[in-house]
Amino acid sequence: MPTTVAQSLVSGILVGALYGLAAVGLSLVFGVTKILNVAHGELLMLGGYASFWLFTLLGVDPFGGIPLSMFALVLIGLIMYQLFFSRLIKLPTEDKIRNSLLIGFGLGLILQNIALRLWTADNRGITTAYAGATFTVLGVRLPYVRVASLVIAFVFLLALQLFLRRTYIGKAIRATAQDWEAATLMGINVHGIYRLSFVLGAALAGAAGTLVAVGYSVEPVMGMHWTLKSLIVLVMGGIGSIAGTLVGGLILGVTESAAAIWISNYRHVIGLAIFILVLLIRPQGLFGAKEG
Amino acid sequence: MLELEGVYAGYKDLRVLWGISLRVGEGELVALVGPNGAGKTTTLRIISGLLKPTAGSVRFYGCSLDREPPHRIVEMGISQVPEGGRIFTGMSVEENLELGAFTARARREKEQRMKWVYQLFPRLEERKNQRAGTLSGGERQMLAIGRALMAQPRLLLLDEPSFGLAPILVEQMFEMIQEINQQDVAVLLVEQNVRAALELAQRAYVIENGRIVGEGSGDALLSFESVRSAYLG
Ligand SMILES: Nc1ncnc2c1ncn2[C@@H]1O[C@H](COP(=O)(O)OP(=O)(O)OP(=O)(O)O)[C@@H](O)[C@H]1O
Ligand SMILES: [Mg+2]
Repeated sequence: MPTTVAQSLVSGILVGALYGLAAVGLSLVFGVTKILNVAHGELLMLGGYASFWLFTLLGVDPFGGIPLSMFALVLIGLIMYQLFFSRLIKLPTEDKIRNSLLIGFGLGLILQNIALRLWTADNRGITTAYAGATFTVLGVRLPYVRVASLVIAFVFLLALQLFLRRTYIGKAIRATAQDWEAATLMGINVHGIYRLSFVLGAALAGAAGTLVAVGYSVEPVMGMHWTLKSLIVLVMGGIGSIAGTLVGGLILGVTESAAAIWISNYRHVIGLAIFILVLLIRPQGLFGAKEG
Repeated sequence: MLELEGVYAGYKDLRVLWGISLRVGEGELVALVGPNGAGKTTTLRIISGLLKPTAGSVRFYGCSLDREPPHRIVEMGISQVPEGGRIFTGMSVEENLELGAFTARARREKEQRMKWVYQLFPRLEERKNQRAGTLSGGERQMLAIGRALMAQPRLLLLDEPSFGLAPILVEQMFEMIQEINQQDVAVLLVEQNVRAALELAQRAYVIENGRIVGEGSGDALLSFESVRSAYLG
């Protein structure tokens, strides 16, 4: 039935935008610091729970509360960076990646357990008054919250793009990503830039987590899942391309939900299959430029 | 203005500099020449703070640089054009220059400064919106120097600026360096092109195996027998 197909395409796009937003933080952090933070998904989870608490305990609207959950993640990201990742920052790239994987896995487990304690293993959603509301276009049902989340994800990606392209600090971040030593010679404090990028990545995870919590749900074990999606998108989109990350997210979302129509048991395998295909055919990612 | 005294330095277990002492005066053009692997680049890395000495001291206008991180040293007035230029290839020519003026001091006078750099290198102005990665070898080197000048240095460190350039461009490059120096910017020039460097420089140092083995006016070194046989053939 064509409506089913259209419906699942649309769901794919809606979730794909969140994949893009989740991945862009990971990509930014990796591109600039060469730290691969596999606890990125757990940061996203904490963003989700932050808005869950804000809503249930204080009655803060989840969309209105996005700046608050981002701020919470800024603090968490800062602590995480200062205590753990900043120690790796002077290592050669390969050691940095390897060690950051270890630290990230450890931190991921710890955060997962903290979440279990604080919020139990239950699935939590944010049930606002408008939570279930939908509208219909050409027979396709669209939940308001997910459409709003898509728009917000786009706005964040666009804002990030403008920040990196137009502002002095943004240019310094790109310079540091390209050649940190040359950046130092420009008078740029690269350690400050590393910290800023990490914290920015955490804040973006916070925003993504809120959107996931409000459109879907959160649980303590979700982090690994989101880290994996982000990694797939990162490889598809190429590091350092925000447009690529967005398109990568959308492609992943759409293929997953298309696959779910026919081979529902294997939807998560599809993502990995794409991942491997892209690695084989275009290792620099669909949009990543070759060096030079 | 710059004084290195008994500087020892190295990488991991490898000691590269064995008690380097050298001096650059206000507005001076000083050359540092020597064979491959002698420690010229390492010396410049020490001055810029990218590498810290294990012994000895580096002073700039009497202030010790030992504890200063590299970005502070730029702010204090020392800029380096590293080996190969290391421009930001993914960004436009103009963005590269803007980044050169990143320090608070330089940012205030960015516009005038950029005008001056464009005057020195009109080629860069023609290409200002082009991605730096598309520039030719000579243009890249110009951009690297222009970018360093954007920081308003009192002392400019140049690491083999003529490397890989066609002979005619090499000549232009040396004229350019002289012109920059005449604008009251002191220059410490590392060069493979020993004859040209010694002719240009007011004073020069010869470095071998991490030690200064010769020092004098450019002319004096040019006629110095061991230098002649080693570098000028
Ligand atoms: N990052 C590094 N790690 C380890 N050893 C290094 C490093 N950089 C340089 N060296 C070693 O230090 C010594 C001096 O190197 P340096 O780059 O200072 O020489 P140079 O005089 O600039 O030579 P060239 O004319 O080839 O540029 C060399 O033996 C080199 O192998
Ligand atoms: Mg060298």
